[in-house]
Amino acid sequence: MAKRNIGHILLTIFGFILVAIFAAPVLILLINSFKSLKNIYLNVLSIPNGDTFIISNYPEAFERLDFLKSFSNSLVITVLSTAFILIFSSMAAWVLVRAKTKISKVIFMILACSMLIPFQCVMLPLVKFMDTLHMMNRPGLVFMYIGFGTSLSVMLFHGYIKHIPLELEEAAKIDGCNMFQTFFRIVFPMLKTILVTVAILNIMWIWNDFLLPSLVINKTGWQTLPLKTFLFFGQFSKKWDLATAGLVLCMLPIVVFYMTCQKHIIKGVTDGAVKS
Amino acid sequence: MKQSKVGFWLFLLPSLLAFTIVVLIPAIWGLGYSLTDWNGISHNVHFVGFQNYKTIFLGDKDFLHAFLFTTLFSFCAVIFINVVGFALALLVTSKVKCSTFMRTVFFMPNLIGGILLGFIWQFIFIQGFGAISKITGIQGFSNWLSDTTTSFWGLLILITWQLSGYMMIIYIAYIQSISNDLIEAAQIDGANYIQRLRKIVIPLVRPAFTIGMFLSLSTCFKLYDQNLALTNGGPYNSTEMLALNIYNTAFKYNDLGLAQAKAVIFLIAVATIGLIQLYFNKKKEAEM
Repeated sequence: MAKRNIGHILLTIFGFILVAIFAAPVLILLINSFKSLKNIYLNVLSIPNGDTFIISNYPEAFERLDFLKSFSNSLVITVLSTAFILIFSSMAAWVLVRAKTKISKVIFMILACSMLIPFQCVMLPLVKFMDTLHMMNRPGLVFMYIGFGTSLSVMLFHGYIKHIPLELEEAAKIDGCNMFQTFFRIVFPMLKTILVTVAILNIMWIWNDFLLPSLVINKTGWQTLPLKTFLFFGQFSKKWDLATAGLVLCMLPIVVFYMTCQKHIIKGVTDGAVKS
Repeated sequence: MKQSKVGFWLFLLPSLLAFTIVVLIPAIWGLGYSLTDWNGISHNVHFVGFQNYKTIFLGDKDFLHAFLFTTLFSFCAVIFINVVGFALALLVTSKVKCSTFMRTVFFMPNLIGGILLGFIWQFIFIQGFGAISKITGIQGFSNWLSDTTTSFWGLLILITWQLSGYMMIIYIAYIQSISNDLIEAAQIDGANYIQRLRKIVIPLVRPAFTIGMFLSLSTCFKLYDQNLALTNGGPYNSTEMLALNIYNTAFKYNDLGLAQAKAVIFLIAVATIGLIQLYFNKKKEAEM
């Protein structure tokens, strides 16, 4: 028994060493964001104390990142895209499950196969096509996210809806519900757990996406956070004092998001990976 | 009956419309563009047949290098990511104290976007490693990103740091599904930890290895953001991966036809990986 306890203590210590290694990059970034450029060059690993501790990097980085603006751009685009994906994909998945026809099987197959297409393969024609449709703007970007989010989301909803019994829907039909009523009043509320999973998976990639906005967004005021980070960093790559503070600022929203819905995120990632 | 057919298409319409315009048409169109000399601006597009593919296979050293680099990198990364991920999963499921806290930290890098990760590690490799080199006097730590070999390792460290927590989550799901009776029975029979791991845990989580390995493989193969932010292909294009090479061909050299041909080759490579994954997953399912 004593031997097992020692084993567990050693294992816990080992675990905390790993935690320290995993957290180190972010912690080093954090402590340096409170130093002047000179102190960063002098010693990266020192913890800023009374004399060397400064906060002024933050207001300046905040302003140069145009943080509120880029943050709200990112937020609006992510929330809208995800909301549309949730509604449209679940609708599509539902009829694909319920209609046992050849055409629904073919559509499902095409969606499944399309997941193999890497973004680079559609990138150039897409930009040209969107340009002719005058959709190189924020609504266009949301539209594109709906298109790219469709296949995986429909797959996930499809797998879930397959296991929902038909009886409730039939009862609703007998009571006089039309298709929309049946779906939005009966089916949609039953999808709660899978909705959270699909939402998490989509939020994670849309929020962090860089390449697509970089191709689509051509106005300074429309830039999302990853875009702004890139430009900001490119411009000030030697100004590590501002850059570290800027990186911490950009990381903040996602860390807060993670802390508030950690349980759902972990579950969403597990379900998404294991079932798809 | 007729009404439900209309309903079927009405429900499909929004998703299908977006999907067709954003993915399907560009994908088919892209195949066509790969056979032209399109430069992205000119309306004067000529059909050149398989000229672009010939150019790539006969003389594009950069693309060939990017392909080999991406393959080698992905191969190493898959091993690193999954070994570390599995080890982390074993650790946090072994009744250590604060295991929830550990999971939180290990998973965290996944949520931070690729661009941010690249810049964070750029800071660590340039400034942090520089400081270590100054303190310890070991030259090996300085200038990590300006050396071909260490840049490769830099990318590998970054991706392992990012993805092993994700794989850990998948492995945890499988490890926790192993019945306790099995472990206890083995314990009573006198099996030590290594024996239990080899004879019980690893065989039972094998499907998770298939998922984890191919998920990390396809992610690494398509890597772009991290590559761009950490090294931007440098030094001397030595760390330029496939996705970045395609982007540069298109927008730096304005050779969109050629870039599209590269993208088609890229698609074939990614699709092959994906189909192999499907094959193995199906085989596993049959065995279960």
